[in-house]
Amino acid sequence: MAQDWKSFKPVLIPNIPDLAKIDVYEKNGGYSAIKKILTDDKWDSQAVISEVKEANIRGRGGAGFNAGMKWSFMPEPDGGPRYLAANGDESEPGTFKDRKIFEFNPHLFIEGCLIAAYAMKIDAVYVYIRGEYREFINMMDKAIEDAYKKGYLGKNILKSDFSVDMYTHSGAGAYICGEETSLMESLEGKRGYPRVKPPFPAQKGLWGRPTTINNIETLANVPHVINNGASWYKSIGPENHPGPVLYGISGHVNKPGVYEFPAGMKITDLIHEVCGGVRGNKGIKAIIPGGASTPPIRGDVIDGVTMDADGLREVGTLMGTAGMLVLDEDTDIVDVITRISHFFDHESCGQCTPCRDGTGWLYKLMSKINNGEGEMRDLDLLIDVCNKMEGRTICALADAACWPVRNAVERFREDFEAKCKKTVYAVA
Amino acid sequence: MADTYEFSKEELEQIEKIKSKYPEVQSAVMPVLWLAQDKFGHVDSDVQKLVADTLGLPRAHVHGVATFYTQYYKEKMGKYVLDVCGSFSCQVCGAQEIIRHLEEKLGIKEGETTEDGMFSIREVECLGACGYAPMLQVTNDKYVNHLTKEKIDKLIEDLKAGKEPEFESMPVVYHQTSDS
Repeated sequence: MAQDWKSFKPVLIPNIPDLAKIDVYEKNGGYSAIKKILTDDKWDSQAVISEVKEANIRGRGGAGFNAGMKWSFMPEPDGGPRYLAANGDESEPGTFKDRKIFEFNPHLFIEGCLIAAYAMKIDAVYVYIRGEYREFINMMDKAIEDAYKKGYLGKNILKSDFSVDMYTHSGAGAYICGEETSLMESLEGKRGYPRVKPPFPAQKGLWGRPTTINNIETLANVPHVINNGASWYKSIGPENHPGPVLYGISGHVNKPGVYEFPAGMKITDLIHEVCGGVRGNKGIKAIIPGGASTPPIRGDVIDGVTMDADGLREVGTLMGTAGMLVLDEDTDIVDVITRISHFFDHESCGQCTPCRDGTGWLYKLMSKINNGEGEMRDLDLLIDVCNKMEGRTICALADAACWPVRNAVERFREDFEAKCKKTVYAVA
Repeated sequence: MADTYEFSKEELEQIEKIKSKYPEVQSAVMPVLWLAQDKFGHVDSDVQKLVADTLGLPRAHVHGVATFYTQYYKEKMGKYVLDVCGSFSCQVCGAQEIIRHLEEKLGIKEGETTEDGMFSIREVECLGACGYAPMLQVTNDKYVNHLTKEKIDKLIEDLKAGKEPEFESMPVVYHQTSDS
């Protein structure tokens, strides 16, 4: 449980110099999980899926869905190609964790992809990385090249009958491409417009073929599950949300950065013990726990709250990507929410009208209030716009744009009201 | 006057290699747009035409893709495009002051390019360096983290002298525990 976080030894980005080099990775037990699977008859694809499902690796990209369960949705092979798309779009504000894997432990991720490919009988893996991460794409390309040279990728891997190819694909600046169906559109060389589901990617994904999309960090967890077993994995962190997590902490803390600890860390431990406290020893105004789309919570509700699905649900927010923003007591929360609204207005792909227009409305209203031009009735109008956006679009971007606004208006009402003009409408 | 653009023999070979990564040629649009932008500095409508014709795809399709993604420059930009992250982590760590300092220093506004064609300033959305705020990216490539006015001054001086920033590795910090 969360109490023994102080003795936890990182496994995703362990403190081993030069681990990104394939020789060093091998010397430290790397690629042993895939070797085990390919040589031991016990590990057929079903057994791998069961073990991963049992481990309950909850998707680290934000949705928190059991990765093994997702794998089990892939249909029986029909002879045609099948794909895995690894999602390294990492564009949610506050999120900067997958780049640590690309830079410091890329082979762990490649090995995770190999195991996933074996389990789901995948022919090719596409690693979609945001275009801004040019350096990290280069690092991945190098790691993939090294893995090919050593026979971990390509035809007849480690002299078995298992073959899989792996390629990187660079994005070019579009948050929406982190949405799994939009990511597939982008990989197919199109504008990143999310697809209507169903059909789900497992039925009809990349180029119309069965496809699974997993986050980079999610896949990096997989080799450890195979090496140490699902019960070991579940012994880390809370039962309902187990495993190590890369916490990316930013904002007003003394030591921001990416830290690996068990899921279920207390928010206060992360801030005060891990990150050295709030800058200038100030109080905490608010926390945005898992990226811009997760609802902000007040600093006075965080005592005892843990970073896992259940702990965060209790205070009305979400784990997201565990990219946590800490805001000190002097923060203008209305200004922060206005910038979030700017983000979603900019990143809406424009396909669905409620989102294309709604994100613009939210940003305009937020700006008006932020500039001191708003009226009290604009607060109701914000909520009204949210009501007309949520659940009315193809993907969840519209909902993601609404949650911070809706929750902030509710939870920081006094800050919003303080910025509004106290207009009295005289009755003539 | 329209410039003429073409790919070299080596680049055409590289494009063939890119195409072989995917089951359908259309998937090569994004990587080939990147290749073109690296070579020509932008992907204006003439470059888009070249990409479309090289891949045998409708020009309208390539135009649609190029205009969807913000990192493709649809017109000529400064030699050095300074993309300052303005999203919330950078916002609360002083991104606007950084932009104002850049504007004063270069004598242009955000969204503009200097007359000599050397610098453009843009405020962009989250670049995934939230713990190292405020930060900027130089022409879709290197990140410059933990910005201060002094660091900006140094960067501009270096760039004017043709010295581009190096990759800054941001190390993982390990928590000091009593038993380690």
